[in-house]
Amino acid sequence: MGSVFFIALRRLRAPLILIILIFAVAIVGLALIPGVDSEGRAWHMSPFQAFYFVTYTATTIGFGEVPHAFTDEQRLWVTVVIYLSVVGWAFLLGSLLALTQDQGFQQAIVVARFRRSVRQLREPFYIVCGLGETGLMVVRSLDRLGFRFVVIDADATRLHELELQELGADALGLAGEARAPETLVLAGVLKPECSGVLALTNDDEVNLAVAISVHLLHPQVPVICRSHTAAVTTSMATVNTYQVIDPFKQFGDYLLMAMQAPDSHRLLAWLTGPPGAYLQPRVPAPPGHWIVCGYGRFGSRVAAAIQSGGFDVTVIDPDAIEPEDARLVRGYGTDAETLAKAGIAGAVGIVAGTDNDTSNLAIAIGARQLNRDLFVIARQNLVSNQLLFGALGADMTMISSQIIANECVAMLRTPLLAEFLSIVRSRGDVWAAGVVERLRVVTEDLTPDFWSFVVSSEATPGLTNVLRGQAVPVTISDLHRSTSNRDEQTRCTALLLQRDGQVLDLPPGETVIRAEDHLLFAGTADAQNDQRSVLRNVNIAEYVLAGRGSLGGSVWRWAAGRRDARAS
Amino acid sequence: MNLEKVIFGFFILLAATLNFGFVYGDIGNPDHHHFWELFAAIVVNLIATVLKFGDRTHIGAVHLASSLVALLQLGSAGIVWFFAARGSSIDALSSYATASIVSLAAGALLANFVSLAIMIVDTTLQRR
Repeated sequence: MGSVFFIALRRLRAPLILIILIFAVAIVGLALIPGVDSEGRAWHMSPFQAFYFVTYTATTIGFGEVPHAFTDEQRLWVTVVIYLSVVGWAFLLGSLLALTQDQGFQQAIVVARFRRSVRQLREPFYIVCGLGETGLMVVRSLDRLGFRFVVIDADATRLHELELQELGADALGLAGEARAPETLVLAGVLKPECSGVLALTNDDEVNLAVAISVHLLHPQVPVICRSHTAAVTTSMATVNTYQVIDPFKQFGDYLLMAMQAPDSHRLLAWLTGPPGAYLQPRVPAPPGHWIVCGYGRFGSRVAAAIQSGGFDVTVIDPDAIEPEDARLVRGYGTDAETLAKAGIAGAVGIVAGTDNDTSNLAIAIGARQLNRDLFVIARQNLVSNQLLFGALGADMTMISSQIIANECVAMLRTPLLAEFLSIVRSRGDVWAAGVVERLRVVTEDLTPDFWSFVVSSEATPGLTNVLRGQAVPVTISDLHRSTSNRDEQTRCTALLLQRDGQVLDLPPGETVIRAEDHLLFAGTADAQNDQRSVLRNVNIAEYVLAGRGSLGGSVWRWAAGRRDARAS
Repeated sequence: MNLEKVIFGFFILLAATLNFGFVYGDIGNPDHHHFWELFAAIVVNLIATVLKFGDRTHIGAVHLASSLVALLQLGSAGIVWFFAARGSSIDALSSYATASIVSLAAGALLANFVSLAIMIVDTTLQRR
């Protein structure tokens, strides 16, 4: 607020000096001109009386001629004073109003307010650069998971959209260029509470600039970047703290996985889905001959992904460069002739992947009429066309903002989840099918909640206390016990155990827990709450993990310890 | 030559000289201290303060602080004068009241000298 105050003072310098001068001249004049009191004696106004008179006259309050009626000489001077002072006040008020209307001044107020709010943030927060469709989706998901965030966007009208969203916590928004390091600093990138930066603007170059600035300014902060071109992706990847999300490449990988390992694909899609989503049925993208319409950034990645699976691809594009190892048909793909030339009759799938939603819809509808059994993948560019693509009912719909948002959330949700997801990608289809069956029983087809913790006296005092005093070891299945009845199971399952740098997926229930273990769990929100109280509360942990009646307070625990000692 | 600098220097110097002129003389003798000189000192100090508004440098901040101190001292002197002279003519002051008014103004003089010193140092530090 300090800078706003100083800007105001500087702008008001001229009118303030004018008013001081007018007052000084008026006071001197009034005090020097002799007057006549009611009894005809000469009198002089005291300087204080003159000041009082000028004050109420200049502000147009006008109490009249006090303490005595004025002489004509005094009235002449007062007339001059009135005109002078009205001009002075008008100048001051005009400057003040102009100041409040001034764009620069308003911006200074907004920035000052934003700076103060960021300074007062005392909990971990993320910085989101770019509030397009993607940014908005990410912000909504993060908010639902209870994260705080600061948003930067060059367009102030987008930030108004943020105010219209029903968010759990007040979102802090700043209109500014994310490219400029000052903006990032203003948004709190140097604060220790800043736990990550998400560069999600439409412009790859801006995202790269953000990644570089953050890497240089605060290297410990992880950056998640959106990228649409392979060149930028590689330059982002040169610094290893970056997590680069290329939605087109991501989708190509997903498609390949859906062809080769449909169960892995199903599990990944379920786990990375937005909170509150349900498990979808298997979508086995059929292997065979594929047609890709539109050979731009998206089409080329998808075609490459299909080819790397060993399948044949025909590309339809009006003016693309001839791909090296795929057949190219010139045309738009919206007409039956082009599609027939590309071999639609013998194809198993088609990708409507142009950057125009209307074309994509036309391609999908036309292709379906020519070949009923075709597997249709439609690319949806704008979120506003959701209704049409929903009605189309393609086998897979590619929405890049959705992919980016899901990836971001999966990476940020809880520390070990990203590791688990990469394990899902590397393990086979059979393993994934097993995990799906195991998890869907736990959460009843709903996307599970994930949580992770490290066994330590700070993070899990309850569990650590039991581990110290207990002869019988605590196993992972003990952590599934319910707080209300320790013989009942809560709805959760351990996904990952990290110990001494080794990662064990789906640790068996009889695994013994040691200090400094990192664990990742999946399950319902209730199970998470239950487990949290076991981990943190010493008394509950005593009952649930060790099976001893709970003894409240350290005095009773000490007494129980003495009794045990005497008995033995 | 920069007109802004001329005006700035003029008012700071004038504030100090007027203040000095008022304080100069026997501290308890009302004949040595003229009311309108105090009045002029207050007005010129006010203007000098406003001129210092909005400079966000460190030196600007010290400048403003010294001016505010001078203004506070001179304002207090004016208020003391107002209470001392109430009911009587402005010229008829006791030597006791005069002494307190002049000592307050002398404090302001010190602040004005500080202001002056900062201005001189700042000027000599300028390369051009």
